[in-house]
Amino acid sequence: MRLLLPFALLPGLALAAFLPADRLADPAAEARAQSIGREVRCMVCQGQSIEDSDADLARDLRRVIRERLAVGDDDGAVRGFLHNRYGDFILLRPPFSLATALLWATPALAFLLGLVLVRRRRQSAGPAPLTAEEQARPEQLARR
Amino acid sequence: MSGVLNRRRLLLAAPLGVAAAAGVGFWAMLSGLQDGSFNPRGVPSALLGRPPPDFALPPVEGSTLPGFASADLRGLERPSLVNFWASWCVPCIIEHPQLMALRAEGVPIFGISYKDRAPDALQFLSRRGDPFLRLAADPPGRVAIDWGVYGVPESYILDRQGIIRWRYAGPITADIMNEDVKPLLRRHA
Repeated sequence: MRLLLPFALLPGLALAAFLPADRLADPAAEARAQSIGREVRCMVCQGQSIEDSDADLARDLRRVIRERLAVGDDDGAVRGFLHNRYGDFILLRPPFSLATALLWATPALAFLLGLVLVRRRRQSAGPAPLTAEEQARPEQLARR
Repeated sequence: MSGVLNRRRLLLAAPLGVAAAAGVGFWAMLSGLQDGSFNPRGVPSALLGRPPPDFALPPVEGSTLPGFASADLRGLERPSLVNFWASWCVPCIIEHPQLMALRAEGVPIFGISYKDRAPDALQFLSRRGDPFLRLAADPPGRVAIDWGVYGVPESYILDRQGIIRWRYAGPITADIMNEDVKPLLRRHA
């Protein structure tokens, strides 16, 4: 048992090494920080959130988020802090504005277009009614 | 009868129309890529049209150039450049001759040494030349975050009122100089 103890401590030590600046000790605050960080783009790698990125700047921004939370900012204020500095692009979920209106409206527009197309197809479905001449044609053929 | 035919034709033409629109769009993007007016990886700065954030940075240790604060960027004699750089940054070496050329023309360049060791920064400047009017140190890179910097080199042009008019993330090459930097400096002179 005594022999095993140091090994049992190892994961804890690893965690402590990871803890200092970009992880919070309080699990609830850390969870909040992570949920904010997952929606923040890493400007260096661009396809990743800062929680997923190893980039230097991502680590700095994780630290900034935790500092803002520590001084009592709510989640919106933390996002606002980053948005003021880096603009829409830093938010993986871009805010609704005049510039992003088309982006957000595209799914609705595509759906409406689909509805219109389906309705028009339904309305125009079915062949045109036969003319008197066409109605008479089978009888003429049968009589021959 | 002709109405139905017309609609057929219209429907047949629709995909061609979409393809044509997409083609024009791609053509515009490609020609923009070529002449540098469109950069798919470029990110507009949130600070354009605004004054720089509040900050006060010390000089680089051992340098004769003073550091500077946001107040020093207000009410300038002529449009100026703020340049974030580091001695460990390879594109900064590519950019350096352009900064020297600007300096020779008398353009004030405010340098911010980003996450760098003072001796390394000073060695870089003594070896390649010092283009800066003032040189401030930002070892933790926190002021850079307030500016929205996401990589070095990054440059900002400020007009005489100290309003940020242009931001470029990446090395200022001869092309960028001729197409962006010089016309902007002239416009805001």
